[in-house]
Amino acid sequence: MTEKTAPWRPGGISLSFGCVLPILSVLLAIIVIWYLAAVWMNATWVRDQAARADAVLTAGDLIRQTLTLDRPVLPAPHQVAAGLWDGVAGQAVTSRRSLVWHGWVTLSATLAGFAIGTAAGILLAVGIVHNRAMDQSVMPWAVASQTVPILAIAPMVIVVMASAGITGLLPKAVIAAWLSFFPVLVGMVKGLRTPDALQLDQMRSWSASPAQVFWRLRLPSSLPYLFASLKVAIAAALVGTIVGELPAGATAGLGARLLSGSYYGQTVQIWAALFAAAILAACLVMLIGWIERLTLTRMGLAR
Amino acid sequence: MSALPIIGVWLGALALNTWLSRFGTRVTRLAVALIFGATILILWEMIVRIYAVPPVILPAPSQIGASFAANTAILWTDFVQTIIKGALTGWLIGAAAAIATAIAIDRSPFLQRGLLPIGNFVAALPIVGIAPILVMWFGFDWQSKAAVVVVMVFFPILVNMVAGLAATDPMQRDLMATWAAPYGASLWKLRLPTAMPFLFNGLKITTTLALIGAIVAEFFGSPTRGMGFRISTAVGRLDLPLVWAEILVAAVAGSLFYGIVALIEKKVTFWHPSQRPQRG
Repeated sequence: MTEKTAPWRPGGISLSFGCVLPILSVLLAIIVIWYLAAVWMNATWVRDQAARADAVLTAGDLIRQTLTLDRPVLPAPHQVAAGLWDGVAGQAVTSRRSLVWHGWVTLSATLAGFAIGTAAGILLAVGIVHNRAMDQSVMPWAVASQTVPILAIAPMVIVVMASAGITGLLPKAVIAAWLSFFPVLVGMVKGLRTPDALQLDQMRSWSASPAQVFWRLRLPSSLPYLFASLKVAIAAALVGTIVGELPAGATAGLGARLLSGSYYGQTVQIWAALFAAAILAACLVMLIGWIERLTLTRMGLAR
Repeated sequence: MSALPIIGVWLGALALNTWLSRFGTRVTRLAVALIFGATILILWEMIVRIYAVPPVILPAPSQIGASFAANTAILWTDFVQTIIKGALTGWLIGAAAAIATAIAIDRSPFLQRGLLPIGNFVAALPIVGIAPILVMWFGFDWQSKAAVVVVMVFFPILVNMVAGLAATDPMQRDLMATWAAPYGASLWKLRLPTAMPFLFNGLKITTTLALIGAIVAEFFGSPTRGMGFRISTAVGRLDLPLVWAEILVAAVAGSLFYGIVALIEKKVTFWHPSQRPQRG
């Protein structure tokens, strides 16, 4: 299970000027297809309504009505944008209808879990690199655990902790921490092992103490790996938090917003929550990418 | 005093592993990992029994095993519904669509420059959130779960496949041009084989995603079978041993799924340096 080809890095976005035109045209194509699909998928409902009212639909009427339905099968992009705008700017931030409020509930649990998971992952990785028994005991399980759909335990964690009297932010943070723990552990172990024998010999010839080897050689050379896995970890933590908000009882957070939208058939609400979650994920990944660039540039490691 | 046997077992296993890990042969490495796993299970069982932890908080491994043995019929229907019908079908369709798309946009650098950043971007998004929408569109049965899986696995595989198709070096492409190879021949004989390690990387990453998509989509509505359905209802009835049995099935299925893809990779990319038998 050694990593040999790893071109896939979530959020590994490198924007150069030559990419702008192609990206814009692909985005434009997606929006056009979306509008066509919205007309096509909502047409059945509109035709049924018209047949019931004995009204004759012109093509213009049909298109106008399919794009302005209250509960469309597929809301048009401008309806989603309006829903998103209304949720973000149209409501008081403390209101239950505000996406900012729900987003904050999700974000705080994500960040808390991410911090715990990352700290635990880094600490265990340091232990693994310095202790052979720990390495051989834990690493096979840590690698194997990445093939297991850990997310399936989310509802159980929520309910069990609720029955023990713990609700609110902590259960979701536990799931987020659990999900961000393994990518950080595996990436960090790999990173701390990057110094080769030559570099380690050099440190020895300077009679460096183990602590000096760690702080001056191993830790700096592990940072590119750490940041790569941090990006995976924060995306996983966000997904974990959202899924943790699904079990019955949760009323706050983007996941709860998705669930209540699906209960009441409020498609615009689902899409708005979905886009809010996507924007949140993109911002978090970009934030880490920005910190990465800043750190690596200062260390002279930037590509 | 009741903590003494627990600490005793832990220290004993620790000492055994510390001693074994000094050899570093293949057998002792395997033994160390197995001893670690077994120790966790034994400690878990001891803690639950000695401190009488109620099964609604944490059932003991033996209780989970008993629940597994008693509910094999339920677990099997759930496995077929979620893993075979939902995850596997969706994964196959998604992978086929991604590979076909990658080959289709292969001749257009314009489309690649436009689609790749978007694909990379989408791969980092919480796509599971699309589940309620797809459940509304495709109904409660496995079709909606397969649809979620298709969307989830599409972009990681696409990005990997496009990178793989671009991985030939100029020398190899020149050689194909020297032989006057038409597009089809150089695609089939040079670029598809080169892309295989990348493709399998994407396929392996997405095995877990497929299971997650199929299970989580069931939280938004499902027929009265399926692993996600069973987990959420059994949690509601506080039947935690059954939940853990389902999680055990999910874990085994995930490892098997990954293992089978890795095995196929070994057969297909036997020429790749990472797959050759290592000496020394």
